[in-house]
Amino acid sequence: MPERARKIRVSCVVNGGAASFEAYPMARLLDVLREELKLTGTKEGCGEGECGACSIEMDGALVNSCLVPALQAQGTKIRTIEGLAIGGSLHAVQQAFLTHGGAQCGICTPGMILAAANLLARYPQPDDAQIREGLSGNLCRCTGYMKIFESVVAAVRRAETRA
Amino acid sequence: METRVIGKSVPRKEGRKKVTGRARYVDDLSFPGMLHGVTVRSPAARGRIRAIRFEGEIPWHEFTVVTAKDIPGKNCIALLIEDQPCLAAEFVNHPEEAIVLLAHHDKYLLEEARRAVRIEIEPLPAIFSIEDSRARKEIIWGQDNIFKSFCVDKGDVDGAWASAAFVVEGRYETGAQEQLYIEPQGMIAQVSEAEGVTVWGSLQCPHYVHKALMVLFGLPRERIRVVQTETGGGFGGKEEYPSMIAAHAALLARKSGRPVKIIYDRAEDMVATTKRHPSRTRHVTALSRDGRLLAMDIDFTVDGGAYETLSPVVLSRGTIHAAGPYACPNVRIRSRAVATNAPPHGAFRGFGAPQSVFALERHLDRVAEAVGIAPDELRRRNFIREGQTLAVGQVVKEKVDMNGLMERAFALSGYHAKRKKFAAANSDPRGAIKKGIGFASFLHGAGFTGSGEEYLASEVAMEAMADGTVHILAGSTEMGQGTNTIFAQIAAEALRLDCEQIKIIQPDTAYVANSGPTVASRTAMIVGKLVETAGLGLLKSLTDGEFLQPGYTAADFSRACGEYVAKHGPLKTFVKYEHPRDLHWDDLKYSGDAYGAYAWAVYVAEVSVDIRTAEVRVNDFVAVQEVGKVINPVLAAGQIEGGVAQGIGFALYENVVWQEGRMVNAQMTNYVMPTSVDLPAIRVYFEEIPYGRGPAGAKGLGELPLDGTAPAIANAIAQATGVDVRQIPITAETLLEMLEGVHA
Repeated sequence: MPERARKIRVSCVVNGGAASFEAYPMARLLDVLREELKLTGTKEGCGEGECGACSIEMDGALVNSCLVPALQAQGTKIRTIEGLAIGGSLHAVQQAFLTHGGAQCGICTPGMILAAANLLARYPQPDDAQIREGLSGNLCRCTGYMKIFESVVAAVRRAETRA
Repeated sequence: METRVIGKSVPRKEGRKKVTGRARYVDDLSFPGMLHGVTVRSPAARGRIRAIRFEGEIPWHEFTVVTAKDIPGKNCIALLIEDQPCLAAEFVNHPEEAIVLLAHHDKYLLEEARRAVRIEIEPLPAIFSIEDSRARKEIIWGQDNIFKSFCVDKGDVDGAWASAAFVVEGRYETGAQEQLYIEPQGMIAQVSEAEGVTVWGSLQCPHYVHKALMVLFGLPRERIRVVQTETGGGFGGKEEYPSMIAAHAALLARKSGRPVKIIYDRAEDMVATTKRHPSRTRHVTALSRDGRLLAMDIDFTVDGGAYETLSPVVLSRGTIHAAGPYACPNVRIRSRAVATNAPPHGAFRGFGAPQSVFALERHLDRVAEAVGIAPDELRRRNFIREGQTLAVGQVVKEKVDMNGLMERAFALSGYHAKRKKFAAANSDPRGAIKKGIGFASFLHGAGFTGSGEEYLASEVAMEAMADGTVHILAGSTEMGQGTNTIFAQIAAEALRLDCEQIKIIQPDTAYVANSGPTVASRTAMIVGKLVETAGLGLLKSLTDGEFLQPGYTAADFSRACGEYVAKHGPLKTFVKYEHPRDLHWDDLKYSGDAYGAYAWAVYVAEVSVDIRTAEVRVNDFVAVQEVGKVINPVLAAGQIEGGVAQGIGFALYENVVWQEGRMVNAQMTNYVMPTSVDLPAIRVYFEEIPYGRGPAGAKGLGELPLDGTAPAIANAIAQATGVDVRQIPITAETLLEMLEGVHA
């Protein structure tokens, strides 16, 4: 049997709580999240960084967790879809996706919602081009994106009325 | 008609689970002691299996290994017929055909093991094109390589040529298209003496899987159970293929005595599972001097791949839609599905119609040019009207106004003004950006074809619980298109309740009624009607027994259910489909009422083409359709927008590259689907003419948008560039070559 790398211990903050796990250094963060931490909201669509279904936030940046080795998670702050709603109350983007038809089959939805939330954190008032560009790393086969754009716009409006 | 919830955009029933990441797809499930399974596939397109060797430094004794010898029943995936093996035993007929299955708890080691299995195949000559198949270069299936053929004859085509002022000929091609649901295919199986065979997975048609497993295991109905997990898109791709994966997982589970999970990675999913059938169409059309259709002679061929699977039915729908929404006195259609040594092509939204509609709608623009009238004028002179007869002999009894749809689509898109403006601007040779606007007019039949619904005889069950919750028990699946939500709306409307009081039971063959496959734009119209009837039936039980009075509240309803159940026991109703007596179909002559109802549509696409780079951009897209009563406007528009996006991919980007029957660009990196920056605003409009036999007047709409999108774009590109587009996808590479011919 071929020689294998040894597992290492990785500590990080996931959805606001301390997390620690053992993993091969080059294990995909996607697998660690899903299998070790049981956070199955992060999905695998392609395994090569094209579809964005595995998008998570790492230290505030949107990354494809299928391309991130586990060792790189050491000391970082990670947010997955499970960390978006606070208590029982949905994030504005989640609520907008629900109301405006932004989710159909739902498999791209966790990554898409994180991408949208990340976009709004960078551009609170995005224009059409910024929305399209900001979501271009997340593929959706169901919606044709129109209702996703509408959802993002609705989330912005909701944030405005609250402010 | 005053409605309570029909016509309202109530939020998606399972939406909250989906936006919070709590929806459980098959790969999110894990069972104690579960093993992972993988498939070892044929390296060759056609040949005889000589040897299977287990090599490498792999602890093979730890592995569960399954070959065809381990199949307890028939070695086939039973569908229409039983020609496709579950595991190839002696011969392989396409690349990536499954031969050996492996299971182990460590999925990393499993992948190494898969690569260490050597399969030796003595090659046999193979065929990879429709042309070679029709020429019978090799006979690879049956006596003549033909899975199915159809003849449609209306009037006398040969008698029409002599009196024609114009005869226009054309040949058209469409390529394979990958469904590309974002959730790859997957299944978990468990097999035990006590419980029989149980599978959980991503699938559209639980009862198809159920039937396939009964035959494979030689077990009676009640020993097989199929449960649908949350399904991340299907588009036809999870209609027939899930039976294969379920069979594989179940064989490994049986032999290992443990639960086994098989999840395809993207490359395996793309290289091994079904795609849209490639097609070739030839039109010869006769017209009078004033542009009236005198005869349509249509020859339509689809490539079915190595086994029959659903090719006969795909061919059927493609054939029936080949002559479009036009009144033509003489029509001849000859069609066939042929075998090649590629993995079987299969169901994909539109199911044969997008192929034949592309050919027709592109052809008619060329016909108009030959006749010397505008493309819309040609359609206007030939649109079918109420009381006229379609190619297959169906008299249109619906109210249909194709011209009205076309005018509305033109007004919304500014078609006439743009057509004129672009023509003028394009004639300036200094401009590198050429613009065009084009359209397609089309119809799509809802439900199974001909006598299909009669044979299916779908059933729905509904039960009112003692607390007033109403359960819908049907095999119809949610895969993103909205089944759960519209069923809840239809039931709530019938029962005068709110949607929250309706519960959709997870499709599980042990509990739900067989409402037929979730395909063919049939769920809202056909199964939805059964849901409506069941709701009215429950209500009647409550009112007849005087448990409930008119003008009741939700609380009254709940109390009445409690009282009914206490007095009589379970309040449950079963409804079975009854075929309308005035719909007749002749399977032998292939004529009659092909569908209970059609959706009608006109789509307009506006494009710009950079003739230096051959880059095409779709700048605007208007989709106008008549689909009966719209049950949920947000969901319905979402269906059309998503379908148009897939149609834009079909037209411009999605190019399956074949090498000896194998897809060689089986990655999302080099098989390109539209992203959020590639698409125009997709503007969707509905005309609503209630259909008497649909629930609250609804017809089917799911497949419709795939039919007209590609030809509208092709016609727009033709206006922009002067290129006579004959095939899709129109990639930059192919367009550049054609532009050199025009602008040289």
